[in-house]
Amino acid sequence: MAETLLDKVWRLHTVRELPSGQTQLFIGLHLIHEVTSPQAFLMLRELGLKVRFPHRTFATIDHIVPTDSRTRPFADALAEQMTIALVENCRDFGITLFDLGSGRQGIVHVIGPELGLTQPGMTIACGDSHTSTHGAFGALAFGIGTSQVRDVLATQCLAMSKPKLRRIVVEGTLPRGVYAKDVILAIIRRLGVNGGVGYAYEYAGSAIEAMTMEERMTLCNMTIEGGARIGYVNPDRTTFDYLRGRPFAPQGEAFERAVQWWQQIASEPGAHYDDEVHFEASALEPMVTWGINPGQSVSVTEPIPHPEDVPEAERAAYWEALQFMSFKPGQLMLGTPIDVAFIGSCTNARLSDLRAAAEVVRGRKVARHVRALVVPGSETVARAAEAEGLHEIFQEAGFQWRQPGCSMCLGMNPDRLQGREICASSSNRNFKGRQGSPTGRTLLMSPAMVAAAAIAGEVVDVREMLR
Amino acid sequence: MTSAIIREIVGRGIPLPGDDIDTDRIIPGRFLRSVTFEGLEAHVFEDDRQQNPDHPFNQQRYRGAVLLIVGRNFGCGSSREHAPQALRRWGIRGLIGESFAEIFFANCTAIGVPCVTVSAEDVRWLQEVIAAHPEMELRLNLETMTVDAGDRRLAAHMPEGARRQFLEGTWNSTFVLLQAGEAIERTAAQLPYVTGFR
Repeated sequence: MAETLLDKVWRLHTVRELPSGQTQLFIGLHLIHEVTSPQAFLMLRELGLKVRFPHRTFATIDHIVPTDSRTRPFADALAEQMTIALVENCRDFGITLFDLGSGRQGIVHVIGPELGLTQPGMTIACGDSHTSTHGAFGALAFGIGTSQVRDVLATQCLAMSKPKLRRIVVEGTLPRGVYAKDVILAIIRRLGVNGGVGYAYEYAGSAIEAMTMEERMTLCNMTIEGGARIGYVNPDRTTFDYLRGRPFAPQGEAFERAVQWWQQIASEPGAHYDDEVHFEASALEPMVTWGINPGQSVSVTEPIPHPEDVPEAERAAYWEALQFMSFKPGQLMLGTPIDVAFIGSCTNARLSDLRAAAEVVRGRKVARHVRALVVPGSETVARAAEAEGLHEIFQEAGFQWRQPGCSMCLGMNPDRLQGREICASSSNRNFKGRQGSPTGRTLLMSPAMVAAAAIAGEVVDVREMLR
Repeated sequence: MTSAIIREIVGRGIPLPGDDIDTDRIIPGRFLRSVTFEGLEAHVFEDDRQQNPDHPFNQQRYRGAVLLIVGRNFGCGSSREHAPQALRRWGIRGLIGESFAEIFFANCTAIGVPCVTVSAEDVRWLQEVIAAHPEMELRLNLETMTVDAGDRRLAAHMPEGARRQFLEGTWNSTFVLLQAGEAIERTAAQLPYVTGFR
């Protein structure tokens, strides 16, 4: 019988069926960072357990790192303490750490792929919900909590139930000015923020096949915002070409054998899916969120829905969102003034994202009232961007060029919104208080749309600036 | 080495109306700057409580509640176990809701806090009856999969795997996973990427 990638990878990683009916699943790659791992190591120490496969866990520092000055000790004593804890835990348990200044530090979901750690056919876990990013390579990758981080450290396994599978088919060509970010925002808008609960998403169709790896990462990254813990794209030539020569990818003849295996784990024609939905890429437009969850979005030319157009069950959440945002039904997002522009995060801080934003910014100036920052996803991304002069384009326009980290996506470091500020953001969550101010407001959009909003000082249609 | 068997949770409830309540709201990011989970209970729903003086977690009459009654897609967003840890340390021992986000559900299970679902209608009824009678005793039973409230009995649901973890006392999965022994290494040895694509 024809199998899907989910079927095959799940089967190959099954250690045993547990008495509870769940599967004991082997985890091929475990990524850790400073926020969700210290308590897990503490539990491990209390239990007197070792890390079972120390060479299958890799660490970096991303969430709390300041992006202006990295002088140690950090001004935030708590951030310093968390950093020290990670360094010590990695040393004591024999785990490789990509430390600040190593040349390889960065947001965990940026560095895994760019170092070649993330590979097709793997199971990948990390104490971070955006681990779904790694599904871009045809891996089963998902976020876990700290107790499960302890499980993986101690056993390299997790107790899991196999999800159902929904195939999301996107056919056609994306218009200019419409990006992977807009595709995933449109998908979440239609399927809902909890539409994916119990499912893994397989992304397919000509529009997905035409995407670069970095675009696929943006797509898979926000899978969790649609309620699905896992999202993946079947590996293909684009995947293999990306991986060739990366530091942790197989080298030489081993790489050719790896490609053979990677091809075999892709979903087969005629395989069974529990559900299938279709999107037409050419019909998509730049998207902007107006609410307090990533499903509350419109295209930039479309008004915020009227209450009668919102399903009864979602109406309470709809009014709560409008009240928090101080927006009105029927209002256009076009022309909404912004205070802050943030280009960064595990969703959109890779080289191609920075290039797309720089294309808009080049030769223009950030509006005088806007605080604008670019936070590259990793030290590798920063180096590559600087080599082609992107930092100068941003700086000349009035953007701050920062050092890599999660930054204003979640405001755990000093980069935060103040008061009621509105932020045009290339990140993934517009939750209340997400960007560090309890009353701050987030408008999610593509990096090019953020760049355009920074220049105009308000939400604009980036397609007008690309003409 | 096992964890405690959890068959039943008995005590008062606290209603929290609203859908899609994310983990950033349960415990805002700035409180994650710590190497332990200690003290998180003081900050549970901190920003929501600041903005809404009538927030259920501000109301004296719900102090001591052990069952939290929530709407749809509760705990969506970040995988931070800090969210269930904050709730548990506040005193919550179980959640009854219309639906739960997956990672949140798994995190609750891993620390011995069962999350069961009931119909949207039953959630509304429970929230209203508890608001009117906060002293009322609720009884969540995982063997019968029921919630008793006053003279009513509601049908509750939970994936069978998680339910058995509570009833068998195996929700602390580390011990269960360790029992696989060398089978873990045998599985690893058959994965070509583990053996270097030899």
